[in-house]
Amino acid sequence: MQEGPPHVSRRTLLGGSLALAGAAATGCAIPMGLGSSQTRVRYWHFLGASDGIIMNRMVKAFGQAEPGVSVEENVLAWGEPYYTKIAMAGSGGRSPDLATFHLARLAGIGAGRILDPIDVRLLEEAGLRGSDFSPPIWERAHLDGVLYAIPFDAHPMVQYYNTDICRKAGLLGPDGKLRPTKGEDELIAMLRQAKDAMGGKPPLAFDALGLGTVGPWRVWWSLYPQSGGALLTPDGRHIAIDDGKALAALRLMARLGTEGLCDWRTDYGASVAAFTNGQAAFLWNGDWEVTGLKERGTPFSMTRFPSVFGGASAQADCHSFVLPHQRSRDPEVERATYRFIAYLVKHSADWAVAGHVPAYLPTLQQPAYLALNPQSEYRSVITEVALDPQVWFTGSASRMWLEFGEAFSPVISGQRSPEDGLAAAKASLSRLLAAPNPFPRQER
Amino acid sequence: MATTVAAPAAAPPAAGTKVRHAWTQHGLLFVVPFLAVYVAFLVWPVILGVRMSLSSVNIAGTNDGFVGFANYAEAFRAPLMWRSLWNTLVFTALSTVPLVLLGLGFALLVHHLRFVQWLWRLSFFGPFLLPSAVVSLLWLQMIYPPGYGLINGTLGIDVLWLGDPSVAMWAMVLTTVWWTVGFNFLLYLAALQSIPQHLYEAAAIDGANAWNRLRSITLPMLGRTTALIVVLQLLASLKVFDQIYLMTGGGPQDSTRSIIEYAYDTGFTGYRIGYASAVSYILFAIIVVVSLAQLRLFRKRAEGSS
Repeated sequence: MQEGPPHVSRRTLLGGSLALAGAAATGCAIPMGLGSSQTRVRYWHFLGASDGIIMNRMVKAFGQAEPGVSVEENVLAWGEPYYTKIAMAGSGGRSPDLATFHLARLAGIGAGRILDPIDVRLLEEAGLRGSDFSPPIWERAHLDGVLYAIPFDAHPMVQYYNTDICRKAGLLGPDGKLRPTKGEDELIAMLRQAKDAMGGKPPLAFDALGLGTVGPWRVWWSLYPQSGGALLTPDGRHIAIDDGKALAALRLMARLGTEGLCDWRTDYGASVAAFTNGQAAFLWNGDWEVTGLKERGTPFSMTRFPSVFGGASAQADCHSFVLPHQRSRDPEVERATYRFIAYLVKHSADWAVAGHVPAYLPTLQQPAYLALNPQSEYRSVITEVALDPQVWFTGSASRMWLEFGEAFSPVISGQRSPEDGLAAAKASLSRLLAAPNPFPRQER
Repeated sequence: MATTVAAPAAAPPAAGTKVRHAWTQHGLLFVVPFLAVYVAFLVWPVILGVRMSLSSVNIAGTNDGFVGFANYAEAFRAPLMWRSLWNTLVFTALSTVPLVLLGLGFALLVHHLRFVQWLWRLSFFGPFLLPSAVVSLLWLQMIYPPGYGLINGTLGIDVLWLGDPSVAMWAMVLTTVWWTVGFNFLLYLAALQSIPQHLYEAAAIDGANAWNRLRSITLPMLGRTTALIVVLQLLASLKVFDQIYLMTGGGPQDSTRSIIEYAYDTGFTGYRIGYASAVSYILFAIIVVVSLAQLRLFRKRAEGSS
């Protein structure tokens, strides 16, 4: 026989490089072991930045706990494009096995054959029961009495504060935490003190303008419900805005901008950047910036959104898990999917690192969660979250959020009076109410 | 010899009637691959689109009941549709004029500058090579931002380029002119270079100065190119979407929402594909009218000049 280097046939070489190229092309989406005896669960989500890193860590941990199941993670862009994709995938019936979903969007597209109902029996088999979840959130996971989503967390508006600036301004209590304020006067007084300590710079930052801004909606929908205001009648057919209360909230927002207490020129990115770099004493935002701020070493802590108009509610939405519609489900994949969901929900304490408040009640008692600082500081808000009305045009990145954001943004800057801002918002709302629901319920 | 020559000469009248029946000789066969693609990806979707615009179909393709002209009626009643349409016309008017005039101006400049011509050509045409996303991010994040943006920083002014409803449309126009003027510039430059030199020489002999040569030779000789550029520019401006979607999303206060942005909003974030299709067909009708009007106008002018 021929001596020399080991023989490599052209076919082996070509096959090998093809396989390599294939592996490179799919990237890390498909974990190793595809084609073996593993059960593959295809999972879509929109969790980016630090949320995404933590979710990726949890997926890996699940892989170690259950070597028989491989979860294929697919990260898509947050916002309206995500829900466009879910709707189209679900209607085609060849969708991923599992998807992350904002609970407030459920009324929008959940009813239109886009999602499959959750099998409560399989859920119990995996170890999850309805009584383990925060009751209002569990209630919201249903449509017409049928369970369509498994709640994972709530992510409310919170108040971040820079501990160095607040200490300098004398706003911290003896325990080193921000002294809570009650009512408009106390809030304004606190902001003025911080402004003085910062040499006259606006102390508060939030997403106030810019491309697709939803910050003005978030702030307003935190303030207005505190006075007991509603947006729509319970049947979701008519506007139920209380003008007096709505204007009180808008006037406060206008006051913040025109009195130089918040920088109305900041868009989302600029508001986070200002707070990260110590250019703002307070940041009003969702709870998800905590990891990024910790990584960058900003001296900060977090607390609940201030109570101004009586109540203490804060705008929120909830991450949840849904099963996009499939024509037929492989029973084994289905069971593995439920086990994966149960794993994530039961390990909510790991997820809470990202800032979100777990919807799974047992986690709220766990020492591991309570030890998270500042993430456990605002956990009491879970019973006072202001969720969107259950109509088709609400929820994260929905038309209503975008249109209200655009209506209220010029109110903060003083370009538009609170009355005009409210009128614009009401005009949007009546337009959305008048438009036919693209996913009518009777279709199911 | 005579017969062989005569035969083909005599053939055409007889063959002419035959050719009319033998359709393959028209070259239709060669066009079939193109026609197939054209029908599959343009004609058929256009027909499907009409059907969608008459139904309440959603993004998932369900709920596709026939609703007649309800979508059109709703669109004609919607103030935001009219606002978007108006914005589109304003943008078209504001952008077409500078895009044509500046294209001509730059082309004349480069044509007469006799040194490092490649550099001028590249400078004016370069931006046109950039994808819309690059252009939008460049202006959104480096040139327009309040506080640290290039324009405000350089001029020491404080203008909310994309945040002030009275300025935002002008900002969109400025970006668009910077981005796309290179194409018109290139067409004009090519036309300029094809004007016969002897015309200028003759004019020079007759004692025509530079202004007379421009007015009486250059501009008339560019007439056809101008007609082409105006048509292309009007159509492109009526269809504006990318930079608006990426830079303002239609805001602030709907001041930059173009009709395509409006169709996108109602269709892809509002899920109402049927309604969005109806809005698209309203724009389609406008574009057809504009194109036909222009065709007539230019045909008359061409006949008049000949």
